[in-house]
Amino acid sequence: MPPPRTRGTALRQRLAELRGPDVPAKALDARALAALAANPGCARRAILDGAGVNKAALASALGSPSAFGQSQFALTRGNAFEAKVKADGGAELLRLVHDRLDRSAEPPVGARVPDLTATGPRGRTARTELELREAAAHPGVWTLLDHPMLALDVAGSPAFLEPDAVVVHPDGSWTVVEIKSFPLLDGSADPAKVGAAARQAAVYVLALEELAARLGAEPEGDAGAEGAEGTSVSAPRVRHRILLVCPRDFSNQPAASAVDIRKQRAVTARQLARLTRIEDIADALPEGTCFSPELPAEALAEAVESVPATYAPECLSACELAFHCRSRSREAGAVTSLGRPVRAELGGLTTVEDVLAAARGEAGDPDDPAVAALRRAAALRAEALEAACR
Amino acid sequence: MSLISTLARLEAVSTGRAQPSATVRHRHLGDRPLVFVPLTTAGEAGAPLGALVGTDRDAPRLLVVPQPRDRDLRFAFLAELADVVLPYVDSYAETVEAAERTETDPETGKRVKVEVELCADAPQLIVPSRAGIDLVRLLGRSMRFRRTAEQDPEAPYPAPPRVPLLGRWLTHFGERARVPGSSLLLAMTDVLGRHWVTGQSTLEDQHLGALLAWIDPPEGTTGAEAALRAELERDAQGQLTCPPAGPATDPAFDNKLLAPAIERYDRARTALAAAEDGLEADDRLGALTAAEREIRALVLSRTRPTWDAVWRGLDLLRELPEGARVEERWTRDRWSFTGHRDRVLAGEPPQPRRDDAVTAANKLATREREQARLEAQEALDDPLVMAGRRLSGEAFAGEVTDVAMAYSEGKRPSPRPLITVRTDDRPHLGERTKVYRSLGGKPQSAEFVAAEEDGAVVVLRVLDKMGRGKEPEPGSVPEKGDRVCFTLFEHEQRGGAKLPDPEETPWTHGGPPGEATLEAADPVTEEDVL
Repeated sequence: MPPPRTRGTALRQRLAELRGPDVPAKALDARALAALAANPGCARRAILDGAGVNKAALASALGSPSAFGQSQFALTRGNAFEAKVKADGGAELLRLVHDRLDRSAEPPVGARVPDLTATGPRGRTARTELELREAAAHPGVWTLLDHPMLALDVAGSPAFLEPDAVVVHPDGSWTVVEIKSFPLLDGSADPAKVGAAARQAAVYVLALEELAARLGAEPEGDAGAEGAEGTSVSAPRVRHRILLVCPRDFSNQPAASAVDIRKQRAVTARQLARLTRIEDIADALPEGTCFSPELPAEALAEAVESVPATYAPECLSACELAFHCRSRSREAGAVTSLGRPVRAELGGLTTVEDVLAAARGEAGDPDDPAVAALRRAAALRAEALEAACR
Repeated sequence: MSLISTLARLEAVSTGRAQPSATVRHRHLGDRPLVFVPLTTAGEAGAPLGALVGTDRDAPRLLVVPQPRDRDLRFAFLAELADVVLPYVDSYAETVEAAERTETDPETGKRVKVEVELCADAPQLIVPSRAGIDLVRLLGRSMRFRRTAEQDPEAPYPAPPRVPLLGRWLTHFGERARVPGSSLLLAMTDVLGRHWVTGQSTLEDQHLGALLAWIDPPEGTTGAEAALRAELERDAQGQLTCPPAGPATDPAFDNKLLAPAIERYDRARTALAAAEDGLEADDRLGALTAAEREIRALVLSRTRPTWDAVWRGLDLLRELPEGARVEERWTRDRWSFTGHRDRVLAGEPPQPRRDDAVTAANKLATREREQARLEAQEALDDPLVMAGRRLSGEAFAGEVTDVAMAYSEGKRPSPRPLITVRTDDRPHLGERTKVYRSLGGKPQSAEFVAAEEDGAVVVLRVLDKMGRGKEPEPGSVPEKGDRVCFTLFEHEQRGGAKLPDPEETPWTHGGPPGEATLEAADPVTEEDVL
């Protein structure tokens, strides 16, 4: 059941207030998606992303600027490679899709490459939806959607996503295409980077599946297809193998590989489902909370502190606010700032001082297995270091 | 991570200084390591931008590619690198000592000893970080299939001589670095992280500057402050004062300093090409040289701090005494080096892009065996590592409280003394579990007989290393009052089952690889990046 319309509007308004007056919303980008996967339990990240706050600007305003940036060399090369892959009406790209994913279909000749330009993310989403309907009305033809815009409901607020490309096969199924500039060397690429690409594509697949279900659920004739009259339109299939396109070896030639993203899709779907509802977080915030980067640092710090964060070192590579959260976590002496495995080993002891006091025998219940193990470890360590000094 | 190192990490937080996680050095450090600090261009598959390389900390050789997209300049860089690395490698290939190796005689099928050469020492490459090891492997891959004009006069864009050879050596170094405990190619962050724990997470320990700041903070500051400064401090131009150890550069450096400099270089080059007479060309050549000098200065400014940091790390590591069994592992590295030297001398083709099934299985088995060996040897060399094993119940130490003579049953009774050990440790001992202790560097085994007093007293039966006589040899059985340390893991690793020769590969694994074919070089395209 979709929430009542009024409630959705109220939430949108509330999120706009959080963002600050006249601050445009920032779309959920690849990094935000990665952060989502890395730390689904962080309320701070959830509300900031959900409200479309520019976390990089916020981090700078807080005095702990993020270290993310992109070298213009990487940018130039990435764009040049993508342009090369999509050149000629996407002929090479479609050839790769045909070769890697759908060999039994007709070879792609004269594919449709509709124009998707429109104003604003909502306009572009609508345009993409229209073209996907249109493609459904042209069975037997390949269609390439270059940089479509998809909407996905993330914890109660719409997030706009922009895959590199979506291909509609002649059988009506859809494939997500990811174009990356890390190389495919002798047929294998950096697993960490492939994993990140797969997680990103999984989010696109989820968004497309939502859209497909909507298209399939519409009453006949509404699909805007004259030819489909009389037959019910079944929901288009979204393929669970995506196409990853990378430069081959040391060249600029595209090489492609089909990547099965069922696992990432299942994980992301589960994480999206268990995200704390943004409205619940928003409701818990004190009245008048605002994250506008225009505000003075103290006011911002207070606003940010009013939402709890679950910092872990993995955040450093995924979230712009990580340095701020890290310094807070260190000030509080939280053991998680040394890594999640550390936290897992120490049972109920969560701060550095608690653990050290327990290890020295100054505090803690000696019958607690975690405390007993700590004291044993401290004794063994002292004995070994003493033996080494002798 | 064991609880002991977690505890050390927390102590580091509270004291503001890194804590030791080893009492001896567990990796070999040669007298004359070759330090290699490379930088790459962002977005290109490992296209080199420059490097500092050399064995003399005061006189590194600076290599720079002023326009990383230019194939000729890249080749010039690689040729220069070969001029530094190959003579260094060769200098170790000549001094050999005689050694023995068991081989299977092809005629009789028996295992016989053959006399072979073993290089007396081996070269050692040190890079700042783990990403540097990946780059060494990538550079190796990009060069080893290249053809020189001599090998193939028809080849477009022939590689300078010796560049393919450098590729084969770098590939070998990169492959060897995957073997646990090897020291032919080391990443400074890994080695430092092995010997110290800091008050930050292991993820943050990948930053060489921050790691060193924890281990050896400057006077008057804590490790935490110094590490934070190394990580984030920027100068007035917005540049990191402690540049990343590479090979990737900081995007702010790329965008603000490097890109404009490369653009000036490109403009100067175009202008030179368009010069109409000699006088004009002279002027413009001057401008080009100045532009190149500027890029060299930029690359030097980003690599020199890392270069100094690597040497500082080496100093810190040399202060630790070398572990007793490190030499033995280094001998394995020397074998590996000698083996590759022989393959190169024998004119064998470069390492293939993909290993055949038997080679791949052998490599994996080696890595597993070396991992087990490394874990056992580090524990035996270092009481602090042993403490971790004792905590986890894989070893125990204690005092011998009683020794009772006993003998095995049979025709010739051999000594099987029973010893009683009082220990505070709680080893996971089951019925007749075998335990081992080090006796003059060799493992002596015993078996568990009984536990008394709730596990605080353990009775063991000593099984071997007591000589052939009826009475055990003196010193081979612990005496009352001795401190002993027994482990539940074996000290020496047995080799696994032998794999078939590659020609005998079963069809389930792809069958015999067939005739060795000379792998073709990568096809050359207009936009090659390496």
